[in-house]
Amino acid sequence: MHPIRKKRLTIVLFLLVGLSVAVALTTYALRQNINLFYDPSQISAGEAPVDVRIRAGGMVEEGSVVRDPESLKVEFLVTDFNASVPVEYVGILPDLFAEGQGIVAMGRLNNKGRFVADQVLAKHDENYMPPEVANALEKASKAENKPMSGTAKPATY
Amino acid sequence: MWQFFHKLGSPKWFFGISTRFMPWLLAGGLLLLMSGVIWGLAFAPKDYLQGNSYRIIFIHVPTAFMAQSVYIMMASAALVTLVWRMKLADVFVKAVAPVGLILTFLALFTGAVWGKPTWGTWWIWDARLTSMLILLFLYGGVIALDRAINDEKSAARAVAVLVLVGVVNIPIIKYSVEWWNTLHQPATFKLTEKPSMPAEMWVPLLLSVLGLYLIFGWLACVRMQTEILSREQRTRWVKEFVTKGRV
Repeated sequence: MHPIRKKRLTIVLFLLVGLSVAVALTTYALRQNINLFYDPSQISAGEAPVDVRIRAGGMVEEGSVVRDPESLKVEFLVTDFNASVPVEYVGILPDLFAEGQGIVAMGRLNNKGRFVADQVLAKHDENYMPPEVANALEKASKAENKPMSGTAKPATY
Repeated sequence: MWQFFHKLGSPKWFFGISTRFMPWLLAGGLLLLMSGVIWGLAFAPKDYLQGNSYRIIFIHVPTAFMAQSVYIMMASAALVTLVWRMKLADVFVKAVAPVGLILTFLALFTGAVWGKPTWGTWWIWDARLTSMLILLFLYGGVIALDRAINDEKSAARAVAVLVLVGVVNIPIIKYSVEWWNTLHQPATFKLTEKPSMPAEMWVPLLLSVLGLYLIFGWLACVRMQTEILSREQRTRWVKEFVTKGRV
């Protein structure tokens, strides 16, 4: 290669490497701000601040949803299969909200360790399947007496 | 190989050869894109959870994928501009930047339309959505910087530097869903694993991605030819092309 071109190529590569390192360090330092939500393990380990507007995310624990028959109040547990956090919310839930589904809730953690949400968003996972396949999977898992979540890979948090 | 590389440097040669490829790119692209989109929107099975609203992936995924691909192509061309000072590489960057801008906008827009019924919100500042918005601004910045500098050569270099600086955003977009907690789901398609989607859903998706690739190739050729004609308007071959209609 021509020496001038070689020199230019080296400069450009140095620029790119330096820039990547700078961006990597910055995003690493800011990772807590870039993370959209705290997961239940972080919250129960006390890493999440109390009484500050934060987001909490995870799976709605099977069989944990309790609806108040008088109002729109809902209580449920959010889990990452290591720890779970109780969440309470008053309002309309998104269509995809269900037990075993991922959600991201925005609200405040009170000093009793309960998360009081003012917004609940459904988090979709990367698995898609036709309804017939989902039904078949569910039947198969019921026949083997295994929970549904055993057939589909749980979403990563 | 090197001879091909040198020939690529000649705008006139590119003009001639691209004219021959373009009808094939357009015909193949339209065929693949139309069959992929029609199959996906009308015939592919519903999703068990989202019902019909998941069908937006047949537009969202191809546009988002292309928006990033186009940027990688632009960055490679920018490297060629800076190191080898090849004119055609700069022509490519200028020609495709607006195409990339539109693709990124479409990806963000279709994502928002899908996000409202699925997540419950149009927009959220999570890492994937934010890095994609940065990509939109990068495309806009490239176009604006190019327009702001009158001198062709200095514009080419400034734009190339900006494009290369912006390329660090591409791995951030790709891995944002793995490095951080985001509302956006992780990738359904991975190089090393089977897609977490049945074939009757991913085949039409693949067709529309390939189709959009070919359509992009055609669009890039059309826009590069226009740019070449305007840059080389004083040369003899362009005058001959205009009067005789042939290169």
